[in-house]
Amino acid sequence: MANHILSENLALDEEADRILKAQRRRQFISATLRYGVLTLVGLVMLYPLIWLIGASFKTNSEIFAGAGFIPNEATISGYVQGWQTSTPYTFGRFFWNTFLIVVPKMIGTVVSCTAVAYGFARFDFPGKKVLFASLIATLLLPNVVTRIPQYLLFRDLGWLDSFLPLWVPSAFAGDAFFVFMLVQFLRAIPRDMEEAARVDGANTWQVLLFIVVPLLTPALISVCLFQFMWTMNDFLGPLIYLSSVDKFPVSLALKLSIDTTEAFEWNRILAMSVLTIMPALIVFFVAQKYFIEGISAGGVKG
Amino acid sequence: MSGDNRFLGLFYLSPYIIGLLVFTALPFAASFYLSFTDYNLMSSPVFTGLDNYWKLFTGDRTFRKSLWVTLVYVFTTVPLKLAFALFIAVILNYKLKFINFFRTAFYVPSILGGSIAIAVMWRYLFADVGIVNMGLATLGFEPVNWFGDPTNALFTITLLRLWQFGSAMVIFLAALQSIDKSLYEAASIDGAGKFSTFWHITMPLITPVIFFNLIMQMVQAFQEFNGPYIITQGGPLKSTYLLPLYIYEEAFRRFDMGYASAIAWVLFVIIMVLTLIAFWSSRHWVYYAGDKRS
Repeated sequence: MANHILSENLALDEEADRILKAQRRRQFISATLRYGVLTLVGLVMLYPLIWLIGASFKTNSEIFAGAGFIPNEATISGYVQGWQTSTPYTFGRFFWNTFLIVVPKMIGTVVSCTAVAYGFARFDFPGKKVLFASLIATLLLPNVVTRIPQYLLFRDLGWLDSFLPLWVPSAFAGDAFFVFMLVQFLRAIPRDMEEAARVDGANTWQVLLFIVVPLLTPALISVCLFQFMWTMNDFLGPLIYLSSVDKFPVSLALKLSIDTTEAFEWNRILAMSVLTIMPALIVFFVAQKYFIEGISAGGVKG
Repeated sequence: MSGDNRFLGLFYLSPYIIGLLVFTALPFAASFYLSFTDYNLMSSPVFTGLDNYWKLFTGDRTFRKSLWVTLVYVFTTVPLKLAFALFIAVILNYKLKFINFFRTAFYVPSILGGSIAIAVMWRYLFADVGIVNMGLATLGFEPVNWFGDPTNALFTITLLRLWQFGSAMVIFLAALQSIDKSLYEAASIDGAGKFSTFWHITMPLITPVIFFNLIMQMVQAFQEFNGPYIITQGGPLKSTYLLPLYIYEEAFRRFDMGYASAIAWVLFVIIMVLTLIAFWSSRHWVYYAGDKRS
């Protein structure tokens, strides 16, 4: 920087000193402004969540009584009664159902997307260009246009009101975003180790399992985390495919509690809302590095 | 690798190829066909030519309203969200302390934002006696009727999605951080001011991610469902009745699969045309360093 050069050449010169001071003042003002904006935005971002958690411990009469988040008389009755629900099942059942959807979906996604990304990134074969183009097209294809025939397909297969429609498409590398992300990761990894292993007589399966997968692990963790979040948040899928209450995941169960109790029992709704976001929040704070890396890699390199 | 069977790659792709055919290509074609039929699940589809589309564009006032609301929603939400995400990313892209803390704080809403719980929270925040109106009251403003007034109701959904600017911001930030610092030093030596440095160096270099974010956010915004379904149920006066809600109700409440498919196809064509316009125009405004297009 010009100023930097100036101060080196004309050391201790008064002129330089003055400029330096002015620059420091400017930097101070600019930093204050930045922190001000960031803090304000941060507050707007986080206060609703803090309020939500606080309000879930309030009594019903207190929830709309003030904007503060600390309850006057904390109660866990919202949690106790909300957990019971107005159905024969507790929220425990709904969490278990969510688990039964999330786990096969995560495993299916990781296994299928790894194999497909490996195929795209490391092999040449007839039709590769067309297939890769189809991957990008799927990435941009709005689900809304395939949803109705998919429903009809699953109806004919007898899969309605089961968890299968919610995870089987993902086990066939149906989430193009993840394949794409893994291909980007793989392209950035040098092939030396894989080639050395091939020379030593390993077949492509062994290379995939013992060399590529370990190298890909951080990316695979990102895939798992995103799939976990999206599946926890998914509402439309279960809404369309599940009709018996005993199979509801938490997202549908929460909607059901709104429909049945919201008119008067606000703290139950808020308490169960807090519970349903807790798994996602905890996972995010434990593993946030993978989220940020995953989203940056998928976006920037694309 | 040389010496391998040239179809080996296809073997690894087989799950994708099967999935593509069964869960994407076939439904895609079927949905196109269904949009020209009358099909209510009771009997087999009856081909009715352009009847569905004719009805949509001439007789269906709900559709016209819904289409208009969808376009208003997308064209306000996407630009606001991108501008805000970029603004915050630029502020964060200095050597600030606590940068990780802020980045995390801004990203948390994106993790949770799609969930039903957050939509529920939004209803409480913007209720007549909710904390948003309490906040407005302390600042001396009149309380706002967020959900009762047609213009405000759609804006609460926009605000919910703006609140989740974090994922777009993280992508912008990563792009900003990857810009070669020597370019800024060169500009500074040449006497460029902050604004012109941003406009002539930063902006061109991040146009690829602006483009990426624009497409992704647009496709997503056109398919908004959870927000209006939970927060406003499409009301009041259908002012938040976005097309995905209309499609859902036609298909899975009234079981009018043919008509719902036609609406879905109109929505699809709109998204596709806008995406193609974006791709076509990108030649003129997206700058790829080294001119390598992947």
